[in-house]
Amino acid sequence: MYSERVMEHFRNPHNVGEIENPDGVGEVGNPVCGDMMTFYVKVENGVLVDVKFKTFGCGAAIAVSSMVSDMAKGKTIEEALKITNADVAAELGGLPPNKLHCSNLGADALHAAIRNYLARREETK
Amino acid sequence: MVPFLGFEFGNPASLHRGGEVPRRAIETARELVAALINARPGEVVFESSASEANNHAVKGLALSRMDKGRHIIISAIEHASVLEPARSLERLGFEVTRLPVDREGRVGPDTLAAAIRPDTILVSVMHANYEVGVIQDIAALAQVAHEHKALFHSDGTAAVGRVPIDVVGLGVDAYSFPAQSIYGPKGAAALFVKRGVRPVSLIEGGFQENNRRAGTENVAAIAGFGAAARVAGSELETWSADLARLSRRVVAELPRRLDHVVLTGPAAGRLPGHASFCVEFVEGEAMLLSLDDEGIAAASGSSCTARTLKASHVLLALGLPHALAQSSLVLTLGWESTDAEVDYFLDKLPPIVQRLREMSPLYARHLRGEDPYATRPGETCDNEHTHEEEN
Repeated sequence: MYSERVMEHFRNPHNVGEIENPDGVGEVGNPVCGDMMTFYVKVENGVLVDVKFKTFGCGAAIAVSSMVSDMAKGKTIEEALKITNADVAAELGGLPPNKLHCSNLGADALHAAIRNYLARREETK
Repeated sequence: MVPFLGFEFGNPASLHRGGEVPRRAIETARELVAALINARPGEVVFESSASEANNHAVKGLALSRMDKGRHIIISAIEHASVLEPARSLERLGFEVTRLPVDREGRVGPDTLAAAIRPDTILVSVMHANYEVGVIQDIAALAQVAHEHKALFHSDGTAAVGRVPIDVVGLGVDAYSFPAQSIYGPKGAAALFVKRGVRPVSLIEGGFQENNRRAGTENVAAIAGFGAAARVAGSELETWSADLARLSRRVVAELPRRLDHVVLTGPAAGRLPGHASFCVEFVEGEAMLLSLDDEGIAAASGSSCTARTLKASHVLLALGLPHALAQSSLVLTLGWESTDAEVDYFLDKLPPIVQRLREMSPLYARHLRGEDPYATRPGETCDNEHTHEEEN
């Protein structure tokens, strides 16, 4: 059902966990729907120096989280905000049509964490 | 069965000799399948699948009695091949009552008695549920239906091959099950129809199956069905006892090896060979993929495995919260299953769940002492939205 790339990321997801004292946290989805992702980002000089996640969800949701964290790490905030759901699905070698909503959550969660960072920065100005 | 895929290609409807061997094969199979459920051969209609048989029973029986009433009763935990025909009948002007079940999935005869009306023409309640392992008291339910002059159908797909079936003792008017319930080939199923009961044919235009289902028979699959019924008839008692013992082990031992595991369905008197749980804080499909990597084939009623992207209607009918229904795990043992395989499963599952929990934000919430299933106000499911769009 899934591409080998998806299964690799599902079996050995990268960047799983939480960041202590993160600069931004974003949470999307909820347990009722069967998918929930929490992303944590650490930002230095406008660059995402660390990205971690925790995900409750199906194989695609876990693989997408892992891929999004890989794609975002080391990128500037502007670059990371440009990552689209389609980019993530493409990097994973495609997803079954009924799993596309999982890839939508991935980029959304990352962007939510970045927006949270930007909002916090506004507050401390 | 194999000759009918090759040189015995005659049509059982033909008068010439080529039709004779296939015709006899079908009638022998009919005797064997009938014997398995204590029916008369003439009461067995061969169909292509249990889904077809369920459609035939629900729509065919309702349409055959529509001059007597337009009210039908089914349970809330039926298979889609009963739920959807009932919905179609609603669109045609029938009224459908969906009976609630208790926390273990049981349909109470009292609940049926309270819902039944003078214009009720048909009641359909599945014998055993494939998702939560509950076995219904079909004899008691059929009696209630008959006291009110309604016909009674039961979907026996999950029960056949696991418990002995006696359609006379159960008192059903119709009963459906596929060949694969007893390890027969795909492509054949039986609809038992009690003598004197005439469901309207869904497939018309031929005299096959005594005018009850038109179309050339799937001779090879039906012959295989008969052979499978012969084996099941002699082995069923042993299978049933072995399956019950093995699944009782899973039901008793898994909660000892893993915390936050909730049994779904009844604690005792379950369908032999069936065990089902909700494993908290992890999603069903993720468990299935990991189990598959270990060579273990399991099922789940989570929305991610159900192609509808909605949590199982069965688990929700039992009163399980949506979030817990996403964590369902269903194990079905077969007649070749062994204690060693049960041990293997019991060893493999806990580390899989632990790995998934370590990446689960719900588990993190739980460890922090928060409500793991809290949702933000006003939040809706995107995936349900997707589902609507797909329709």
